[in-house]
Amino acid sequence: MLEVQNATKRFGGLVAVNQASLKAAAGAITGLIGPNGAGKTTLFTLISGFEKPSEGRVLFEGQDISRDEPHVRARRGIARTFQIVQPFAGLSVLENIAVGAHLRHAKRSDAMARAERVGQRVGLGPELEKSASSLTVAGRKRLELARALATEPKLLLLDEVLAGLNPSEIRDIIPVIRAIRDEGVTILMIEHVMQAVMNLCEQVYVLAQGRIIAEGPPADVCDDPKVIEAYLGAGAAERLKREKIHA
Amino acid sequence: MYSPAIIAEAVVNGLMTGAVYALIALGLTLVYGVLHIINFAHGALLTAAMFAVWVVYEALGLDPYLAILPLTPLFFGMGYAVQRFVIGPASHGNDSNILLVTLGLSIAIENALLAGFRSDTRTLNTDYGFQIVEFGPLLLSKPRLIGFGAAISVTVLLWLLLSRTDTGKAIRAVAKEKFGASLVGIDVAHVYAVTFGLGCACLAVAACLLMPTFYVNPRIGQAFVLVAFTIVVLGGMGSIPGALLGGLFIGVVESLCGLFLGDSLGQIGIFLIFILVLLVRPTGMFGAKA
Amino acid sequence: MTFRDIVPIIVLITLLAFVPVFITANTVLNFLVFTLIIALAAQGWNILGGFGGQFSFGHAAFFGTGAYAAALLQVRLGINPWIAFAIGAVAGAAVGWAIGYLSFRSGLRGSYFALVTLAFAEVLRILANAAAFTGGAAGVLIKLDVRPENFQFESRGAFFWIALALVGAVLVLTRWIERSRFGAQLVAVRENEAAAKALGVDTLRVKLGAITLSGAVTAAAGCLYAQYFLYVDASIAYGTWISVEAILAPIVGGLGTVFGPLVGAVALHGLSEITKLAAGSVPGIDLMVFGGLLVAAVAFAPEGILGLLRRSAQAKGAARHA
Repeated sequence: MLEVQNATKRFGGLVAVNQASLKAAAGAITGLIGPNGAGKTTLFTLISGFEKPSEGRVLFEGQDISRDEPHVRARRGIARTFQIVQPFAGLSVLENIAVGAHLRHAKRSDAMARAERVGQRVGLGPELEKSASSLTVAGRKRLELARALATEPKLLLLDEVLAGLNPSEIRDIIPVIRAIRDEGVTILMIEHVMQAVMNLCEQVYVLAQGRIIAEGPPADVCDDPKVIEAYLGAGAAERLKREKIHA
Repeated sequence: MYSPAIIAEAVVNGLMTGAVYALIALGLTLVYGVLHIINFAHGALLTAAMFAVWVVYEALGLDPYLAILPLTPLFFGMGYAVQRFVIGPASHGNDSNILLVTLGLSIAIENALLAGFRSDTRTLNTDYGFQIVEFGPLLLSKPRLIGFGAAISVTVLLWLLLSRTDTGKAIRAVAKEKFGASLVGIDVAHVYAVTFGLGCACLAVAACLLMPTFYVNPRIGQAFVLVAFTIVVLGGMGSIPGALLGGLFIGVVESLCGLFLGDSLGQIGIFLIFILVLLVRPTGMFGAKA
Repeated sequence: MTFRDIVPIIVLITLLAFVPVFITANTVLNFLVFTLIIALAAQGWNILGGFGGQFSFGHAAFFGTGAYAAALLQVRLGINPWIAFAIGAVAGAAVGWAIGYLSFRSGLRGSYFALVTLAFAEVLRILANAAAFTGGAAGVLIKLDVRPENFQFESRGAFFWIALALVGAVLVLTRWIERSRFGAQLVAVRENEAAAKALGVDTLRVKLGAITLSGAVTAAAGCLYAQYFLYVDASIAYGTWISVEAILAPIVGGLGTVFGPLVGAVALHGLSEITKLAAGSVPGIDLMVFGGLLVAAVAFAPEGILGLLRRSAQAKGAARHA
């Protein structure tokens, strides 16, 4: 579905992403983890088109989309959420989602109907008529998800949709994400909440200092000494073991 | 074709005008650099300052150069109050609101002056208004030469104020990171108002330097304000040396365009530069900050 | 958009159409036609500024282009005024597209977009003031020749109806924008450009569409102005006064709403007449009040008159329920 080949992104002298390659298999949930400042969000901007790679390519369904603008990629079927939520603050929740739905539905009534269905699905049903700016953090994260989903994507890029949520909110949203995958949407997610990564992802890539340093099933990756050294640090390995026992 | 002497004179005249332009732009760039707002009322405030110079001359017989002494603190105080009690509270911290509030202020001030003074053009009749200084082959206007020197001095003074004093440090801190500045106990609203006051003080000085050779009517600020915007954009938003160099450059451009294109088309060179700079260098100098 | 969406517009325009039947005083009709012309120019601004969030400070560029096109095409080239009117609106659209293409492609937003539009209008003003083709500083006079096929009428009422019809047409256009995909995307661009892009909105195309429509509508107001007053010069056509009027009316009436510009224009010019009555003919006094009103509107009534009305209606409703 998605393939990133040796992507590099430089900002002046700073190399944010360095020769990174990854694949997101169709119908699977792939995770992208790594310490803060590793370049995960930059890699996402290369995939979604907000930045263009300095070197390397981004392939989607076998086609080179490295130079496409973000809206063109959205039309091809790539949707993203923002780590720092970006609601249309002056609009209602329903109208927010409808902007996404309009991508595939020219008629307003169709777009509104579609938006309402998507809103219900991610659990925003009671909030649809409220102003987007009145939502809680968890509500805004759901709104990000709903808007992206309303574009009927083939590939969904989730940038820390769980960050800032409390454990019960996380528990509520994990089945939603899994259900989206079950309908055939491929998902690539940046996530810090390890519980979710372990639960959801079939394949995980670890990015550190702009490079992919490990890949594989989540359990394997977490045991990888390279990862423990670069990302988790000494002592964290044991903490992780404990978490696994509790999970 | 024009002789080199005429062109040289146009260049020197341009530099002299440019220094005063720089002073006007300085107020604008300072406000932009710290408050990150474009003050559309800057031109109207300049007009107000020029009328103030005219009034104290006509009513009290105060020489325009001496008028610098009372008018500078007066305009500082007025600027302080306008930012603190009008622009700040009215805009609710929203950028496009600030744009509209300063536009509204500019309309109100300009038309208040029109209502008060009518649309007549007024000049000062000082006995030195037409005095000439010989400078090699060039004949230069004495008051404009004084204006040049004074404008440069004020620029240097302002630069010293910002780099050497505690107030200057506070202003620069707020410009860089207002949240951080407020955390270490700097009163951001106060610093904003001081900065706006300094911008208006620059206008008062500029008005005093302009009036011996220039005229004033309620619409005069419009002619200056776009020029000042051009200088600020050209010199880099918020940069004091940029404003000085940009001002001198624009003064020369205007003078030469006037020479070659005639009076009615003279200003077009400035606007074309302005549009070009905005269009060609939208990132870097600006763009990111919308 | 359904028929029900435009029922209020039809009702309002029909009611207003009866005004010249009851009021025949020339001064009043003059005032009404002028107010409608301003409303039309402001409706144009509102498409770009109100719905699209791109604040132009130079809508004089479009107004002036329409006014000069209408005047020059008939005076210099002998083209029928009705056709000149249509070409004028198209010329405004073209200027809008050109300014939009240059500035939006360069990523200009907020204050910078305001500045660049202001500068474009000034350049056009200086050019129109200097060129021989436009009559220079003397301006262009359209020959008085009162025939309907010549777009000149015996009664001012006829002009009122034409202006009203145009305002009504743009009300419908604006309602369509509000109910369409284009409008949803335009509002999304206003609220958050990055998020709009991520949802597949071609933001450049949407903004260009808005400024082109906006230019056409405001230029139509300019055409109407030229045809009504039969005179145009650079400081009328490309002067900052009209840019300011076009901004003020929607903000005072209700930014990004269908009726906002019309309500705002009527309120402002009604107020202006009252000010003039109260203060005598002091020049500038009405604009001074406008300026203060703009500050006050931003400070206390960010949703304009319509917003205030809606809020007070809601408050009354709540009181009744309590």
